[in-house]
Amino acid sequence: MIQSDNVLDAKGLACPMPIVKTRKMMKDMEDGQVLEVQSTDSGTTADLQAWTESVGHQYVGHVKEADVWRHFVRKSGQEDQSQKEYPVTVDNSQLMDRLQQPDAVLLDVREEAEYAFAHIPGALSIPLGQLEERMAYWDKDKKFYVVCRTGNRSDMACQKLVANGFESVTNVIPGMSEWNGETENTVGGINQ
Amino acid sequence: MRIIQSSEVAKSVITKESLFILDVRNTDAFEDWKIEGERVRHLNVPYFDLLDGIEEIEDQLPKDEEILVVCAKEGSSIMVAEILEEAGFSVGYLSGGMKAWSEYLEPVKIADLKSGGELYQFVRLGKGCLSYMVMSGGEAAIIDATRMTNVFTDFAEQRGVKITNVFDTHLHADHISGGRQIAKTTGATYWLPPKDAEEVVFEYAALEGDMSIQIGDTRIDIQALYSPGHTIGSTSFIVDDSYLMTGDILFIDSIGRPDLAGLAEDWVGDLRESLYSRYKELSKDLTVLPAHFMIIDELNEDGSVSEKLGVLYEQNHGLNIEDEKEFRELVTGNLPPQPNAYQEIRETNMGKIQPDEETQREMEIGPNRCAVR
Repeated sequence: MIQSDNVLDAKGLACPMPIVKTRKMMKDMEDGQVLEVQSTDSGTTADLQAWTESVGHQYVGHVKEADVWRHFVRKSGQEDQSQKEYPVTVDNSQLMDRLQQPDAVLLDVREEAEYAFAHIPGALSIPLGQLEERMAYWDKDKKFYVVCRTGNRSDMACQKLVANGFESVTNVIPGMSEWNGETENTVGGINQ
Repeated sequence: MRIIQSSEVAKSVITKESLFILDVRNTDAFEDWKIEGERVRHLNVPYFDLLDGIEEIEDQLPKDEEILVVCAKEGSSIMVAEILEEAGFSVGYLSGGMKAWSEYLEPVKIADLKSGGELYQFVRLGKGCLSYMVMSGGEAAIIDATRMTNVFTDFAEQRGVKITNVFDTHLHADHISGGRQIAKTTGATYWLPPKDAEEVVFEYAALEGDMSIQIGDTRIDIQALYSPGHTIGSTSFIVDDSYLMTGDILFIDSIGRPDLAGLAEDWVGDLRESLYSRYKELSKDLTVLPAHFMIIDELNEDGSVSEKLGVLYEQNHGLNIEDEKEFRELVTGNLPPQPNAYQEIRETNMGKIQPDEETQREMEIGPNRCAVR
């Protein structure tokens, strides 16, 4: 099951309606939220990808079940534009070495849908919005590495972790957008 | 707002009328494939960039001429055309969108045959495919039919001729053949070169080199000329001693590519042999009728695509490469991208898979890319 914050049923609709409706629904959603668009029109894939790129949203990926495409689109948010402030970072290329340490934990703070389509093997899926609730259960002595798509959401997550008393916290820069190592996919779909 | 049919756009392209197209498909689709013509001008702005209005492109649109709005299937073009009409522009949209354009065939008469009867070329402007119908003595033969089979069967019916023979010059890789379907519905014989048909899963009549097939009682010879190179089985026809149907071996401004069955290196020698020896022995006065055109410049004034063999030996670069090594490099080195879904198209033409109509349409999207120039 791929998580989303909202579902748009655009089944049976022909172009341009799937995009027109997606656009309308996205306007009412909060930054960073994920919309699932269900469509039966084969042209929707290319158009959604082109549209999201044109307006700055993120096309996360799609799966096809029978005749229905399930597209996942994430609304671009402020966290995508904010400056990175957290000082302790590691470059993508050195991450795998660091994860060899016995106490290393890799947190992926993107939305679950983003994680589902491609993530680094062994990463835990902790969407940014769930971080505070989940961190209460964690051992503060472990070495935390935090990754997201471009390093911004993970920057915020790092700051939160440190503020809550975690001592070894490192942001992975730039993150999944330029990750060319191994990934796992838990949905069998096609990711961007 | 005017609803504009593909036939009207075809006339504009053929008669080289000025035409302004606002293509509202996404940029990748537009760059891959669009309506082309000598005096066709385009502006490509995806429809989703126009949802808030057309202010940003207003000064790029002509005010004194009709704007043709085009999209993939027509829905988005209607939406954009409505916005333009409200803003005071003269506007029409392409009925059925690029899908309809890709399927439109313009029949062009090539000639009255010496032995009586007529020869027609069906120009698929949106895809560059050329099909033929030879009519004589109440009978008709079709060569390299596209999958829009009712265009051919209706045409034959209107002229009161019975389709008796259907040919494919080779196993096509860029478009889905309608040959087998036409044969099935009309009871005609379906001919295929056996060397291209080793994997087909249906019955066919074997088209061999040096055989003649008569169409009608006025005796029009269709002489098959084995000419491998694009595919191993590629066959050409000579109709009425005057017309050389070259399939995908020789085009007006280019030559066939030998790689679409994955055997470029093996077939390049055959291609050269066909073009530089077998065709060279033929009369220079034969009119070449290929199975494709690549660029709109290859169209004659009347919309037909044809040229004398002698002229092609003077002007077609692909026929004038003395050095065999250079030829080999041209046809195996700088190959354009392969046609969309060409493997699936081959399998469909072999009868191995039976995609539905919508899937067939999608498989054929984009330019045909059967040639090297």
